Amino acid sequence: MSQAATEIVRISGHAGAPPGAGLNREYQVCKLVDTTTCIGCKACEVACLEWNGYTFSQTTFDNSYQTMPETAWNYWNLIKFNEHEREDGTMMLLMRKDQCMHCEEPGCLVACPADGAIVQYANGIVDFQEANCIGCGYCMSGCPFNIPKFSPTARKVFKCTLCNDRVSQGLEPACIKACPTGCLHFGTKSEMKDLAETRAAQLRTHSGHLDAGVYDPPGVGGTHVIYVLHDAKHPELYGGLPRNPRIPPLVGLWKKPLRWLGNLGILAGVFGVFVHYLRFGPKIVKEDELKPDGEGL
Amino acid sequence: MTREPYLLPNGRVLRYSFHERLIHWMAGVSYVYLLLTGLAFWTPWLFWLAVVLGGGTSARELHPWVGVFFALAICFMFNMWGRQMRETPSDKAWWASIGHYIRNEDEKMPSADRFNPGQKLLFWGFLVNGVLLLLSGLVLWFPQYIPWNLHLVRQIAVFVHAVCFLFTVALFILHVYMGTAMERGAFGSVIRGDVSRAWANKHHHSWYRQLLRDSAAKE
Repeated sequence: MSQAATEIVRISGHAGAPPGAGLNREYQVCKLVDTTTCIGCKACEVACLEWNGYTFSQTTFDNSYQTMPETAWNYWNLIKFNEHEREDGTMMLLMRKDQCMHCEEPGCLVACPADGAIVQYANGIVDFQEANCIGCGYCMSGCPFNIPKFSPTARKVFKCTLCNDRVSQGLEPACIKACPTGCLHFGTKSEMKDLAETRAAQLRTHSGHLDAGVYDPPGVGGTHVIYVLHDAKHPELYGGLPRNPRIPPLVGLWKKPLRWLGNLGILAGVFGVFVHYLRFGPKIVKEDELKPDGEGL
Repeated sequence: MTREPYLLPNGRVLRYSFHERLIHWMAGVSYVYLLLTGLAFWTPWLFWLAVVLGGGTSARELHPWVGVFFALAICFMFNMWGRQMRETPSDKAWWASIGHYIRNEDEKMPSADRFNPGQKLLFWGFLVNGVLLLLSGLVLWFPQYIPWNLHLVRQIAVFVHAVCFLFTVALFILHVYMGTAMERGAFGSVIRGDVSRAWANKHHHSWYRQLLRDSAAKE
């Protein structure tokens, strides 16, 4: 993203092409979460709080290692734990770092009515601009991942920024910085996709995870956070990762056909009564239609 | 409400009592605020309406409260007019000659009671949509309390709220046009309460005849 400001496209009075032209530079960023090497240490959770200036709040104990049931307005990064019993009776402790997925087609942004409250940067980051947020919560209805959370104190909605403030300065997100196992990676979308596919192939051929794969759901146009899963056929095992997320159909219906139909209808209605007035005019009561005794016709 | 004298000594007819006018305008004023802020949330082209009305945040905060006020006014209205708005057998004939009504050929219209079938449609339309808007609006007011496994409820609420909003806009356009520009005298009746005898006789013939019969019986 930041490189875009310094990449030269045209040069005045210059013989030949600008230096570097035609190089395939990619600005699309991506976070890769390899759930197979996550140890659930929650360093990413702490790093997220520290960088974004939130204090560690009360946790919810629910007979698991999980800090709280779901992400909160001031807790954007949560490892979801699931003790999964496989068909052969063995156990797997599945751990997935949950945060905003930074969809290519963001349901939150589509649903939002406030001018400038949600923006999508050219590098793929979907960011909330709280100054413009009106706190209506429509983003919460548009998101297929249960990410935007309403703050009762600020009366606005908050979520993971993919550390846009760091990324725009050429740094990696705070969670990536803190990860001790290297299960978190950050780079361009194509690099991360390659790395993820390589890792998934390795899991399939060498580790016996025959269903290992990459989670980059096409229903939302792909995401800028992708996962390597041991069992890509059952993403819901990983703390309820939706199998085929997409912008909710009713939200899509509301923002596209219904809105156009409605706008057309409203304009037609106003135009219609105006034309009626021009053609037929008002209903005027002639006072002499009535006899003086008021008995009527 | 109905205890006030309807045939006024000055030769005019009381169309709407003070009580009726008050409740009408409770609903009317609150609906206009809901409409303007609702239009702001409906399309980015009209978001400036929220800005003019004090900003998007206050529009979002006030819209639900005004909505509750509107719902209350609708309840009072149902209590006040529900009985008079019931469909009667003669309504079919009125609808059958709606073309005459549209072309202002009122002499060819079957006589209407206190409320003509079009007014009844407006009343029930606003009542039904008002209830649906209230129910879906409660979900939209507090989306954070709808648990994630019920998030379909949020999406249904968003959609229902938009559809019912559009129905009320259609009714509102017709109501405002007919109440001001088209039916001369109607706007005055909901402000000052009274209409001329000729007006009552022309637009609500059955009602007017009944008033005359009642007053004759009293004397």
